[in-house]
Amino acid sequence: MSAPPRLHVESGRVLLSGHWTLAAMLPDLTGLQAQLATQRSVDVVWDLSALSRLDSAAAVLLWRTWGNAWPARLEISPLHRQVIERVAELPHEIAMPPALRIHPIEFIGSLLLKAGRNLQGMIILFGQLLLDVAFLFKHPADIPWREFTANIYKSGAQALPVTALVGFLIGITISYLSALQLKSFGADIFIVNILGISIVRELGPVLVAVLVAGRSGSAMTAQIGVMRVTEEIDALSTMGISRTIRVVLPKIIGLTVAMPLIVLWASAVALLGGMLAAMLQLDLSFSYFIESLPRALPVANLFIGLGKGLVFGFVISLVACYFGLHVKPNTESLSSNTTSAVVTAITTVILADAVFAIFTRHIGVPQL
Amino acid sequence: MSQPVVELTGICTAFAGNFVHRDLNLRVEAGQIVGLLGGSGSGKTTLLREMLGLLRPTAGSVSLFGFNLNGSDALAQRAVRRRLGMLFQHGALFSALSVFDNIAFPLRELRCLDEDWIRRLVHLKLAMVEMEASHGKLMPAELSGGMVKRVALARALALEPELLLLDEPTSGLDPDRSQNFVDLVSGLQQALGLTVIMVTHDLNTLAGLASHVAVLADQRIIAFGPKDEVMSVDHPFVTGFFGADRRKLL
Repeated sequence: MSAPPRLHVESGRVLLSGHWTLAAMLPDLTGLQAQLATQRSVDVVWDLSALSRLDSAAAVLLWRTWGNAWPARLEISPLHRQVIERVAELPHEIAMPPALRIHPIEFIGSLLLKAGRNLQGMIILFGQLLLDVAFLFKHPADIPWREFTANIYKSGAQALPVTALVGFLIGITISYLSALQLKSFGADIFIVNILGISIVRELGPVLVAVLVAGRSGSAMTAQIGVMRVTEEIDALSTMGISRTIRVVLPKIIGLTVAMPLIVLWASAVALLGGMLAAMLQLDLSFSYFIESLPRALPVANLFIGLGKGLVFGFVISLVACYFGLHVKPNTESLSSNTTSAVVTAITTVILADAVFAIFTRHIGVPQL
Repeated sequence: MSQPVVELTGICTAFAGNFVHRDLNLRVEAGQIVGLLGGSGSGKTTLLREMLGLLRPTAGSVSLFGFNLNGSDALAQRAVRRRLGMLFQHGALFSALSVFDNIAFPLRELRCLDEDWIRRLVHLKLAMVEMEASHGKLMPAELSGGMVKRVALARALALEPELLLLDEPTSGLDPDRSQNFVDLVSGLQQALGLTVIMVTHDLNTLAGLASHVAVLADQRIIAFGPKDEVMSVDHPFVTGFFGADRRKLL
């Protein structure tokens, strides 16, 4: 391709020839550097007139060999002199910003402050949504029905297969493991109580919440985030369309409506799985299971489960939208915010679940 | 005759049955600065992407420096790609890296330059595109459109490539800056013997920089040659494009 860079030394003259470019130097860079380093003495004549090409990487190399100064005797064409002049004009030391060191306590403090800011931001977003709902009450024509139904379809209907599969398997597992224990006590019929309470009241909502947070929550954050990166959100605003009414509100209301329905569905499928395992393991017939379910499971449990679904759906979508709206326009921020959204949503769901457990501890537990 | 830098033979490109290029041939020799013209949607950017190997043509072959890009040897492909620089239309800066790191990235990837060398080279490139050293720590999101373009050019030039592909290099720059850009690229071309292929709509850039012009219309290159020859071609696109500004170019 090109003539390799060459260096001849003859009686006080250093003769450079060939292509002195980064690409041409690469194959034997260390060898060239070593050769040049031996020519550091002051008295040699640098003859660069036979150079065919000189790029800035090579110019930097030469300039460093010369100790950041022009050699006393130099023969060079004006074109190549220009290239080296550009290197010479650079300030010798360019101060780089010092690397930030963060003390562990400072780190914890900043983390807490960030959490506080996020909480504040979510409250502000919630307030904005309340204002939007009030606005939509006054102007019903502006209600984004299409977006709303699209979100119910995307985060609700399309989540049915995966929640059913996971629910079914969990139902089978719990039923199977409980059956082993109950059999040894001869308390076979209590499988209905165990499955009913644990699935409808606790596992159904939490399981679905974790799945939906990973599935729909991350999608919401990523979608809003990309809309921010590509300035689509700003484009909406310039058309006089409120981004919260058109983008955020349908997502939040959509998931809040869809979640109880998914919870109902997933709980039902999980109970079916449990029923199947109970039949195989304990010879408990379907009809007996279904007959005794209402006795073992007061209907209040179903309402608690559905209520949890409602709250979890709201929390997941609020967190997801909040993090989506706070994506900075770069890829790093997009990925970190999506992660934060899912982690925060799941953590908040578990927290809310604990609060539910405390406040509903007297409701719906059958007294034997 | 020396080996062509870029040689396209019999290129056909079809998207879902619609032909963008049909039996297109182009041969660019070393040291030429080729302006690629064409109406919008005529497949100029697609052609650039095919030259870069980002897109495989439906039929035909692309060879860069005599090397067929559709070959499979990964190391050879990387070696070829290091000999070219590309300026994307919207910059395509790595948004997670600062300006400095963006320009240093291709240099660091060589894994044989030390940090001091890289720092000087990056500042050289920054100076070349008229950015201050202090801009190095900005993130791409903090830059204006014109600055993004200049940083992207600095990154494309980081390895001082033999072939420079420019997609709308001067759109979004003010006239003064685009004149500086023209001077910069022609200076580099003289010093390094660059070959440049650029897609542009800007007649001033074309007049100041291009030695050759290729016109893409009717799904093929309808004219390729020195600037003044192409301008006299009798084709509706050519006469329309140069029409009013014919005098400005001469």
